Amino acid sequence: MSELKLKNLYDGFRNPEVIKGFAKLIAKEAKKLPNPINIMEVCGGHTHSIMKYGLPQLLPDNINFIHGPGCPVCIMPKERIDHAYILAQLEDTILVTLGDMIKVPGSKGSLQDARAKGADVRFIYSPLDSLQIAKENPEKKIIFFAIGFETTTPMTTALIDIVLKNKIKNIFFHINHVTVPEVMVELIDSRDEHVDSYNNRIDAFLGPSHVSVITGSKIYEEFPTKYKRPVVVAGFEPVDVMEAILMIVKQFNEKRCELEIQYKRLVTHDGNLKAQALIENYFEKTSLFKWRGLGNVPHSGYKLRPQFSDIDAQKLYADILPREEIEDHKLCICGDILRGMAKPNECTIFATACKPQTPLGSCMVSSEGACSAYYKYGNLLK
Amino acid sequence: MNKQITLAMGNGGEENNELISKIFYKAFKNDILEKSEDAAVIHGGELAFSTDSFTVSPLFFPGGDIGKLAICGTCNDLAMMGAKPKYLTCSVIIEEGFSTRELEKIVRSMKKELENNDAYVVSGDTKVVPRGNVDKIFINTTGIGEIQKKGISSNAITKDDVILLSRDIGCHGATIFTQREGIELSSDLKSDCASLTHQVQALIKAGVNITAMRDATRGGISAVLNEWAKQSNISIEVEEDSIPISKEVYGICEILGFEAMDLANEGTFLLAIKKEDEQKALKVLHTFDNSSNAIKIAQVSDSYIGKVILLSSHGTKRFLDTPTGELLPRIC
Repeated sequence: MSELKLKNLYDGFRNPEVIKGFAKLIAKEAKKLPNPINIMEVCGGHTHSIMKYGLPQLLPDNINFIHGPGCPVCIMPKERIDHAYILAQLEDTILVTLGDMIKVPGSKGSLQDARAKGADVRFIYSPLDSLQIAKENPEKKIIFFAIGFETTTPMTTALIDIVLKNKIKNIFFHINHVTVPEVMVELIDSRDEHVDSYNNRIDAFLGPSHVSVITGSKIYEEFPTKYKRPVVVAGFEPVDVMEAILMIVKQFNEKRCELEIQYKRLVTHDGNLKAQALIENYFEKTSLFKWRGLGNVPHSGYKLRPQFSDIDAQKLYADILPREEIEDHKLCICGDILRGMAKPNECTIFATACKPQTPLGSCMVSSEGACSAYYKYGNLLK
Repeated sequence: MNKQITLAMGNGGEENNELISKIFYKAFKNDILEKSEDAAVIHGGELAFSTDSFTVSPLFFPGGDIGKLAICGTCNDLAMMGAKPKYLTCSVIIEEGFSTRELEKIVRSMKKELENNDAYVVSGDTKVVPRGNVDKIFINTTGIGEIQKKGISSNAITKDDVILLSRDIGCHGATIFTQREGIELSSDLKSDCASLTHQVQALIKAGVNITAMRDATRGGISAVLNEWAKQSNISIEVEEDSIPISKEVYGICEILGFEAMDLANEGTFLLAIKKEDEQKALKVLHTFDNSSNAIKIAQVSDSYIGKVILLSSHGTKRFLDTPTGELLPRIC
């Protein structure tokens, strides 16, 4: 067997000829579409691939992307970011989180600001890096501020598993994990009377592959059946995205409405059962989780099960963590963007008052945010 | 601007520019400073003058150390203005408890790199501060060089120029990041830390018509190309696939979600030269190990003034922006 080189892992999936080939096939199929279609890429990672590779420039006018809410930092309401900010400033405490959280502004400032004021805030690549920090700082409390969709949830539970099994006494958890299918339902069939109707603008979904590596494709089963929306689970390389779009267009032309997997390299129907068991073991669903822009979405977030209260920072510090809801900046339309109602460049403060270095909304900060993608790559787009 | 100084303000990108212009340029305002060149051109265009402070963690890294960096950094800033480095000052702030052996090792690398540049440290200063007041050692070097070719300026690039890149990008940034964060990789990755004096002298000697040069340190080639586009009021169109990136750097960028074009370099430079001199310049650069894969990466246009456009091989285009924020890995 020949040695597998790193280049083999991405080369084919970024091959310009293959991308152009798909563009031709899509253009041909799209001519047969009776109506334009709006495809929501749920995940911010997809938004960034689409913008980075300029894919809308290769697609016909009757195929439109609606950017979805799949950016774990963007959807975090300000009050939760404030929790991180408050916890970071506690004496003898190290707040540990994933990189993207550092820059997002809450009502008091960002974790970056907290750090500049002297708080000990550290970013890590893997939640398991917290173990080393805890070992090196036995006299300090390590609070892991956990964020992310199903992709990153098992890593948090793996850390919890080690902490409990090894009786590590100085690591605590503030859980902010959220789930994809529940918010997709919310987008097409809102159950919250405070959220505007979405006018059924979303015709099909592009599901993120990394989520389904964990959950399997089974989490989307009800979308083609109950909600009549095709779902294609797709990878993040430009060839993956283009192939998935072709699959969606073909479904419309062939009058099919199905759940399909484009990312067959790793996604199965059932997913990673071991990871799912870990999540099930330590977490339960919250009855409501408040999303920025979307409001309270039923069963869309996780919390620690009650028997793990002694590592649950939300409970341990309940008296200092505010619960009032905080409004977003009046001019910021992050909420509408996360609901697929608007595009970043439709915002009056986009790239003027709101820039990555002075963000008013989290969509401009996070590396997965739609505004950040538009700012970084977007202005040349049609 | 933020009430407190944040790490992002030292990133070589947008926040850094804001800090410099709103605080330092505002106070020190003068014609020479406002040219924003790598080194100030003084004394009727005869001399180049530049300063740089160095702090790096770890102090010793594959491909160099803080001592080599401190000499290369200042000498390269001089070289980028077409100058031959002559005299340097060296000022060191050392933390109490620092190892004398390590200090000797650092100074030996400085000596070696000075010899390589045929330059001398002619004045210096040392301070020792109580433990915790600096991180091990900070070094400042200031240098004067004799300008061999006048008129090199980042403000003078036009449509008659093409943009060349001296070598593959991102090695220093990727090396330091993986070393600092303790990411264990078995690879040959090492910093590109090197003096550029010899390459520049050879280009001048060969009579290459150089419009501008800049070493792509913090903020990487993204920052330099954007500075040039703004300073010269031009649009720079980069062929994305022409930019050499080693497989190690590419791999690290893939894993962590970085753009190689944003990563720092310490011995890599961009040149804007007259179109007709492209082959002549490449021929000279290819005779040096450190620029054996030098290549043309971009041309100048007036399509989007002040902007850098990245052209993909699948026929799309997008802006390449100045990097912002701290270098932070993605979540998933």
